[in-house]
Amino acid sequence: MPSANPLKILLVDDEPPARERLRALLGDIAGQLPTEVIGEAGNGLAALEILREQMVDVVLADIRMPGMDGIELASHLGRLEKPPAVIFTTAYDNYAVQAFDLNAVDYLLKPVRAQRLLVALQKVAAAHPDPALLNHIGQEARGGGRTHLSCHERGRLLLVPISEVLYFKADLKYVTARTVDRDYLLDEALTHLETEFADRFLRLHRAVLVAKNALAGFEKAAGDDAEAYGWALLRGVPEKLPVSRRQWAPAKALVKNS
Amino acid sequence: MLRVLLGANLLALLAALAQTPDLGGWLLRFIEMAALVEPLLLCALLVLAAARDPLRRLPERLGQTLVLLVSGGLAYALSTYWQALSLGEASGNLRPTLLAMAGAGLLLGYFELRSRAFSPAQAEARLAALNARIRPHFLFNTLNAVLSLIRAQPQRAEAALESLSDLFRAAMRDPGALVSLADEIELGKQYLELEHLRLGDRLAVDWQIGPVSLSQPIPPLMLQPLLENAVYHGIEPAPTGGTVRIVIEQQGDELRIAIANPTASRAHHAAGNQMAVANIRERLALYYDLEARLEIETGDHHYEVRITLPCRQQTP
Repeated sequence: MPSANPLKILLVDDEPPARERLRALLGDIAGQLPTEVIGEAGNGLAALEILREQMVDVVLADIRMPGMDGIELASHLGRLEKPPAVIFTTAYDNYAVQAFDLNAVDYLLKPVRAQRLLVALQKVAAAHPDPALLNHIGQEARGGGRTHLSCHERGRLLLVPISEVLYFKADLKYVTARTVDRDYLLDEALTHLETEFADRFLRLHRAVLVAKNALAGFEKAAGDDAEAYGWALLRGVPEKLPVSRRQWAPAKALVKNS
Repeated sequence: MLRVLLGANLLALLAALAQTPDLGGWLLRFIEMAALVEPLLLCALLVLAAARDPLRRLPERLGQTLVLLVSGGLAYALSTYWQALSLGEASGNLRPTLLAMAGAGLLLGYFELRSRAFSPAQAEARLAALNARIRPHFLFNTLNAVLSLIRAQPQRAEAALESLSDLFRAAMRDPGALVSLADEIELGKQYLELEHLRLGDRLAVDWQIGPVSLSQPIPPLMLQPLLENAVYHGIEPAPTGGTVRIVIEQQGDELRIAIANPTASRAHHAAGNQMAVANIRERLALYYDLEARLEIETGDHHYEVRITLPCRQQTP
C-alpha cells in the first residue's frame, strides 16, 4: 500500500557510522518506498526525548546501546499514543528477537542489506503495531531489568528512572511510584515489579514494595492497629509505610545487615 | 625452573621426615640438610642451564643419563669439599651422590609425566582453541561501519579493511609461535583504531610505554583480547564513553602489561569477561608455566588487568 506520504523514520544507534549507513540505504530504496528520516538518537532515552515531540511511523533501533538499550526502548514505545513500529538492527544474534510476532517487530542483522530493509519497512508499514505486545518485549527478550518505567500523563510520555523510585504502592486500580519529588501513576502490576526488580526492592506489605536503600528504620505499631504490624521509615520523604507481620523480621534483618 | 626448586626441596623435606623418628627433629634435620642440598641444587641448575642447548640436541635418554651423572658428580664434588671443610658428616661421599642422583631421577620422571600430559600436539590444540577469539559483535559492527564509509570516505574504508585483515591474520596465525612485543602493540593500536571508527569520541586511549625492549618475544594475542574486553565492558556501556589506559613497562627481568578501563558497576564485568581472562591465564601457563602471572583489580568504577611475564631475549 504505497501512500503519498513518506514513511517517517527515527534512527537509533550509538554508533554514528551505523546511522549513516541506514540513511544511505534508505536513500537507495527511496524509489520503491519513499521515507523521511525525522531524527537520529544515540540511545533509547534520547530517542524517547525525540518521540515526545514528534510522531514517527517506524523506529529503527540497535539493540545494544548504552544508557537505555533498544529492547527497553521498544517496551516504552507501547505507551505512546500512536506507537510506532519497531525494527531492531543488531550485529550479532544474541537476543531472542526472532521470537517476536514479526508483524509488529522485525529485526535486521548488521550489516543490513537494502533489499532486506525494504521488505521489513513494507511489512511494518502495512501492519498496526500492538501496544500490549510492545510492552511485553522487554519481559520476553531478557526477563525485564528495565532502567526506567514509563507512564502517560496528559498526553505526554514520562520516564521514571528506577534508581529514583523510593517505593511502589498498590491501590485499588493503580500502582503508584514515589520519588523524592512526586508520585507517578503506573500501569503495572506490583507482582511483576517485584520479580523484575527483586534485587532492588523488598516487599513490606501486600500492597507495598520499598527500595532497600531507602529504608531508614522501623517503628512498632500500636497493638490495636489493624492496618499494619509495624511501620517503615524512609530517607527523603516523611510518610511511613506499613509492614506486615510476615515481612517484619526479614525487613528488619535486611536493614541491620546493610 | 621453579618446579625443580620446589620439587627438590619437597624431596629433602620427605627425606628428612624419613630419617627422624619424631616431628620436632624433622624441621631441624631439614634445615641441616638444606645447607647441603641448596648449594648443590643451585650449582646443578647453573651447570644444566649453561649446558641447556647442547643437552637439548642429544637423544632424550642420553640427555637424561647425562643430567643424572651431572647431579651425581656435583653431589660427589660438593660433599668432598664439605668434608674438606669438615662441615659434613663423615659418612662417605657415596650416600649424597646416590641421593642426588635419585632426586634428579625422580624429578626427571615427574617432568616426563608432565610433558606427556601436556604433549605438544595436545598443547597446540588447546592453544588453537584458546586463540582466535575475536567477538562476532566486533566483526559485524566493524564491517557495518566500514560499509558506511565506502561512499563518503573510500580511503578510510580501505585503511580499515587493511587493519581488519591484519587482525584476523594475527588471530589465525600459528598459536605456538611467539611474536615481538612491538608487533603485538601495533596490533592493539590497529584494533583500537577500528573501534574508534565505530565509537568516535566515546573511546579515548592512553598508551604509556616505558623503556622496554620492543623486540622481545611474547605470546600472540595477549593484548588485543584484553583491549577488546576493556572496550566491550568499559567503554560501550557508558553513554559518555571513557579512557582505556595501557601501561607497558619493564622492571628487572619482568615485563609488565596493565590495561585499565572505567566500569559502570562491578556486576557488569561478569561472565564474558571472565572467559577471556581465564583463556589468557591458561595460555600464559602453557607458555611460561609458573613464571607468568595475571592479576585483576576491581574497584567501584575501575577495572584493571595486569600481566607479568619473564623477559626473554629470544624464542626459548
